[in-house]
Amino acid sequence: MSDIEFRHAVRDALDEELARDESVIFFGEDIAAAGGVFAVTTGLYEKHGPDRVFDTAISELAISGAAFGSAVAGLRPVVEVMFGDFLLLALDSLINQSAKYWYLSNEQASVPLVLRSAVGGGGRFGAIHSQMPITWLLGVPGIKIVCPSTPGDAKALLKAAIRDDNPVVFLEHKRLYSIKGPVTEEVAEIGKASVVREGSDVTIVSAMKGVHDCLAAAEILAAQGVQAEVIDLRTLRPLDTDTVLTSTKKTNRILVVEEGPETGGWAGEILACVVDQALEHLDDAWRLATPDRPVPYSPPLEDAFYPDAQKIADSVLGRMTQGEPLIAGAAR
Amino acid sequence: MTSKAAVKESESTAPDRELSLDLYRQMRVIRSFEETVQALFLRGQVHGTTHLYTGQEAGAVGVCGVLREGDWVAGTYRGHGHSLAKGVTAQRLMDEMLGRSTGVCGGRGGSMNVIDVERGLIGCFGIIGGSIAAATGVAVAAKQQGRQAVAVAFFGEGTSNQAYFHECLNFAQVLKLPVVFVCENNLYMEFTPIEDVTAGEIIARPQAMGIRSEQVDGNDVWAVRAAAEDAVAHARSGQGPVFIESLTYRFVGHSRSDPARYRKEGELDRWRERDPLLVARARLSEEFGVPAESLDALDAEVEAELELVAERAMAAPYPDPATEMASEFKA
Ligand SMILES: Cc1ncc(C[n+]2csc(CCOP(=O)(O)OP(=O)(O)O)c2C)c(N)n1
Repeated sequence: MSDIEFRHAVRDALDEELARDESVIFFGEDIAAAGGVFAVTTGLYEKHGPDRVFDTAISELAISGAAFGSAVAGLRPVVEVMFGDFLLLALDSLINQSAKYWYLSNEQASVPLVLRSAVGGGGRFGAIHSQMPITWLLGVPGIKIVCPSTPGDAKALLKAAIRDDNPVVFLEHKRLYSIKGPVTEEVAEIGKASVVREGSDVTIVSAMKGVHDCLAAAEILAAQGVQAEVIDLRTLRPLDTDTVLTSTKKTNRILVVEEGPETGGWAGEILACVVDQALEHLDDAWRLATPDRPVPYSPPLEDAFYPDAQKIADSVLGRMTQGEPLIAGAAR
Repeated sequence: MTSKAAVKESESTAPDRELSLDLYRQMRVIRSFEETVQALFLRGQVHGTTHLYTGQEAGAVGVCGVLREGDWVAGTYRGHGHSLAKGVTAQRLMDEMLGRSTGVCGGRGGSMNVIDVERGLIGCFGIIGGSIAAATGVAVAAKQQGRQAVAVAFFGEGTSNQAYFHECLNFAQVLKLPVVFVCENNLYMEFTPIEDVTAGEIIARPQAMGIRSEQVDGNDVWAVRAAAEDAVAHARSGQGPVFIESLTYRFVGHSRSDPARYRKEGELDRWRERDPLLVARARLSEEFGVPAESLDALDAEVEAELELVAERAMAAPYPDPATEMASEFKA
């Protein structure tokens, strides 16, 4: 089992599902002949042909709308919206048609579509090519949100997403495309988090690129004698609260690290859950997210914008040496 | 629809020698600016990505030159040319490319998000079609305020497949808004030939809405300027929007990471023969007797200027996150 790049893991999942199930089709902007702007989908068009893998115009609403209709009518469309920022143009069909359909139709038919999109910052792409679209989607019942952090998960979760009978938004962090890791033939289960490092002193929860930052922070903390348990959420809707609660009850402290605006994100959602269901176990609970502002371009501004390993470790150490606050957020 | 003759009454400025030289110089500044950005990118001074305007200079220069104080322009992520032609200084624009606090947006925006309200640049928009919406809205205000101001939207041909395009063109025509839509057709939407993803002719779309529409040689700055003069006069006189399809070509990849392998055999070479700078040089020499040496001297002068701009930009301070007073809302 050799290590492959995240982008190739995504491509392999698409390739294998296209080969396995002829109801799978794939379309989007510049994804076919050109192989995608992040070189993720190279070769699929050549291998699976222009009927099943095709380029579209710059028409995000048509893309999401066509995905909806074709999914109801028996296909399993996978579509790409190049950057998460462009999702906004696709959201009407996704939210008002796809997300509602199963319920509204009284469960006559579901909408098995996958919408892939490249998200996240840190690449100096500025305010309109760096956003995390999750807060726009989190409050929409009926859409699954999958957010892998490793090549192995990218492949296993994308295969699961394609086989899932519901609309799934599959988010790929731009800063992860070139990382390498092992992949398997496994099809993962959507909605399951995993403990990627065990520890007893504090639970740190994150997703996508944040998981790597948290693992690096855990190393820094270990050198200071603090054992952090790190959880990779892998899916943001539905949230695997069991895994988070079990860990929090063990460590009594939870930090959630979210790349995305602090207000309205999933970090707040997780904190609400632990306060609701594990208050008596909590010595501390807090979050690190990005400021409630657009993503800046200038390197020093962008660097300061994101939580990184050192900031995460400093935050944990700061909170743990401050005495023990009684309730979530009290010491902020 | 009004006849062309009816709108010709506005101050038509047949380009004289001086004006023609100025048009050439402006195009040369844009070309050198883009070459400098490219060089600075390779040196790690410009970050993220850039979309260069190289080869398309006649579009922005031809159009913006006929605008007045109080008119507005909306550009795209390929917007350095739009910005410079609308009067953003090369220095403030370069400082922005380098993320410096002295940049036109204080380093917050970067290449794809340049805004200079004072210069009438409502913005360069990273979202396809954003420029069309912005200019349409500016035109709503201009009409309400009775200011006789005109708004110009620049955008690529690929943008004609997007909802913004269809919604805003219809909106503008129904309300007879003073807006000029300038579609810069460079044959490719990113990496995909436009004909692969587009049904019918682009110009037929505004025509179907009854919008006055014209195609123009986008590599001939005088031709673009003449079309823009007509269009702007029409829009300013309250007769509604105008659509200009400017036929051009970009000489570089779509963005930083694009080697442009999709070009057809010989296509780039053919277009290079019609480089807007060469076209302009030929006319300057034939019609106005400007010797090649003076144009070479002008080129050298512009290049030296841009070198200085780059040096100053590199010496300019970065914004300091500790002291940057970023507020979510205006107080
Ligand atoms: C809504 C949206 N979708 C996709 C993109 C990505 N994108 C950037 S430029 C571009 C191609 C635009 O082609 P065209 O309109 O012809 O303009 P050109 O770049 O050729 O000047 C695409 C698809 C985007 N910026 N915004």
